[in-house]
Order: sequence, then structure tokens, then C-alpha cells
Amino acid sequence: MDATVVRTGTEGKTWGGGNQPLGASYGKLMMWFFILSDALTFTGFLSAYGFSRFKFADSWPIPDEVFNHFPFLHGVDAPMYYVALMTFILIFSSVTMVLAVDAGHQMKQGKVTTYMFLTIIGGLIFLGSQAWEWSNFISGEYGALKTKGGKILQFVDGEGHRVALEDIAVIQESERTTHRENTGVWFEGGSTVSEFTLEGIKEGFAASDDLYIRTLDFNEEGEKTILSREESQNWLDNNVTGIVEGANLTENEYGPPLFADFFFFITGFHGFHVASGVIINIIIFFNVILGTYERRGSYEMVEKVGLYWHFVDLVWVFVFTFFYLV
Amino acid sequence: MAHDSTAHQHESSTKRIWQVFGILSIVTIVEVVLGIFRPPFLTETSIVGMHLLNWIFIILTLYKAYYIAWAFMHMEHETKGLRRAVVWSGVFLAIYLIFILLTEGDYIYEVYKNGYIAWDF
Repeated sequence: MDATVVRTGTEGKTWGGGNQPLGASYGKLMMWFFILSDALTFTGFLSAYGFSRFKFADSWPIPDEVFNHFPFLHGVDAPMYYVALMTFILIFSSVTMVLAVDAGHQMKQGKVTTYMFLTIIGGLIFLGSQAWEWSNFISGEYGALKTKGGKILQFVDGEGHRVALEDIAVIQESERTTHRENTGVWFEGGSTVSEFTLEGIKEGFAASDDLYIRTLDFNEEGEKTILSREESQNWLDNNVTGIVEGANLTENEYGPPLFADFFFFITGFHGFHVASGVIINIIIFFNVILGTYERRGSYEMVEKVGLYWHFVDLVWVFVFTFFYLV
Repeated sequence: MAHDSTAHQHESSTKRIWQVFGILSIVTIVEVVLGIFRPPFLTETSIVGMHLLNWIFIILTLYKAYYIAWAFMHMEHETKGLRRAVVWSGVFLAIYLIFILLTEGDYIYEVYKNGYIAWDF
């Protein structure tokens, strides 16, 4: 009786069982599918950014004006240079990572160690750069006014250069201080009090003839609209409700609050990936030094963290384009 | 020995790695230069609702992404099945999501602009 012999008719076929149709180990395959799902998370973030940008198409901030700092060049308008540098750092750390993977294929422990070390250093420099970028963004540079309708108004001089609030405001003597926990029994919260007052800014505006208000609305030439003296005065008298300095999750001096929210969430989520990538790289780095993979006879772990690290670089390429270029 | 069996299978691909690094660097430099100068003839012409300059940025980005995935992540050495499972799923879902959200964003923009409620105050 040959009733127990089961033939499915798929013997020898790719998906017939008993072989590896995708030619990759379980770990590597799962890393790829993790990357796929993570890529879709970032797609969600970036397309939500696109959604908000389309929604506020005629008043979105111009990235070149927001991200224009460079270390040791204070007050110099340096759009994009710093992010370009960050991009290079990350691409270069990707190169050292792929060199480590390549050295792993050839079972060269020393070379893998060196390249992994360089990759970790690159990742740390990138994280530091991002922290610097955040701190500039949060502290702001010029300051702005907000209106009843939530619009942001900025000051410019006759030539269209931005003017900071501190150069306009007449400092007034006042009793106002920031309310802190140690000054009140029933303290529940309080906002930071600016060193300028709205009255001081109005006074300063009246005192100088060479000041105009710039709104975030694009004009016909694709530039931000600069109001005339009378219109500026009209906005100041009727609609302005307060001062905005720097950026946080509820308001920012650069434009719609959503701009800052997306900046924090997208670059923050990417930075979180870089940070976890650095930690995983460090673990693998020590395993390389200890000779774990030498004994195992395969450096596939280096390849797997390599995949993750390149993915982080891949995401940055998109963040760079959609946040800083477009 | 595992040593010998793996060593002769994988000859070094260092040359290809540096070549790809060169390509990625040049593309990034081009992007940054275009981003700083924003040539007027590129920002004035628009194709399918977007400036030509932005299209250039997006195409260059996809070009970079291709090299990172194919050369650095070794996608070119994977089997066709794995490549398609990862790339096609991702690309399809990304395009779908982007299409829906951008269409909706544009619709809301029109509502804000042409509706009877004033937002400009």
C-alpha cells in the first residue's frame, strides 16, 4: 500500500517547500519587513506634513529663512549649509557601515572594528548636530507677534531685512514677573513672561519710520507680503494679541504652530532612530571586539544592523528634501 | 573552516561603495546649490501643479534612495521575490497615502480660501 506517500505535485518548485525561496535568513528577512513597516510610519508623518502644507499653501514658512544658522557664524545668513553638513555626516557614516559589512564578508575582524567605530562616531556627531539645530529652533532669533486669528506677524526694515523684537521694543518698567511654584501656594501653572511688552513694541514701532510688518502670506512673486506703514499700524492697533519668541508645540515665531509640531515630531522621531541605531551599533561593536562573530563564523549580525543604519540614512534623505528643500 | 569557504565567495566591493558615495555626494551638492540659489526659471515654470525645481528635488531624492537601497542595503543581490515584497508594498502604500492626503489638503485649502468665514484677522 502506498497510501501514506503524499505527493503534492510541487516538488522542486520554488515555493514547494524545503528550500529558501527568498534566499535570506530569518533575521535578515524580518529586518527587511521591520524596515518596510517603519518606512510606512515615516511615510505617514511626511505625508501628514504635506497635507498641512497644502492646507496652508499660501502662508507656510520658507525653510531657508528658518534654518539659516551655522556654528561660529553668528548673525550670518547661512541657509542650508548646516543641514547639508549633517546630510554628509550621515551619508559618510553609511559608507563606513557598508565598508564594515564588506569587511565582515571577508572575515576581517580588525577592519570591521575600525569601520564600526567610525560609524558610531558619525552617528554621535549627527545627534549632536540635531540637538544644536533644535536648540536654535526652540530659542528663535527675531521674535514675532501673534494676532487674534492666530496669524504670525514679523518686523522688517525698509530693505526687507528682518528686525528683532529686542531692537524695536522700548523696555518699560513693570511689576510683571514669571509666576513660579515657589511664589504661590495654589500654583498650577504659569507662562514665561517675556522681557518685552506689547505696549513697548507699539511704542518702538511708532518711534521708528523704517519699520514694517511682514505677514506670512505669499504675494504674486512668491515672496512674503510686506505691509505698508498704515496697514502695519492698523494690524498693530486692532488685531495683535501677544508676543511669540522661539518655538514650542503650541506656537512658534516662524509660522503656523503645525510647522513646529511637524519639525519636532519628524526630526525627533528620526533622531530617536539614530539614537537607537547608535546603541545597537555599540552592542554589535563590542561583540565584534570580543570575537563573537569570529567564533560564529559569520558576520551576519553586522549586516543586519547595517540594514537598519542605512534605513536611517534613507529616511534622512527624504526628511532633508521635504523639510529643507521643497 | 568557515573562514576559507566564505573568503573566496565574497571578493571586496569597496570600489563600488566609493563610487556610490561619490554619486550620493554629487547629488547632495547639486540639491544644496539649487536650494540656495533657487534659479528663477525653475521656480517660475510649473508642471502638474508643482514648481519644476521641486520636481527636480523629488527626482534626485528618489535617485539617492535607489542607490542607498540597492548598493548599500544590497537590494541588488537579493532575490526578485524579496525585492518585490519590500519595494512594491512600500511604494504602493506610500503613493496611495500621499495621493489621498495631498488631495484632501488641497481641498481644505480651497475651503479656507473661498469659504464665507474670514481667517485673516
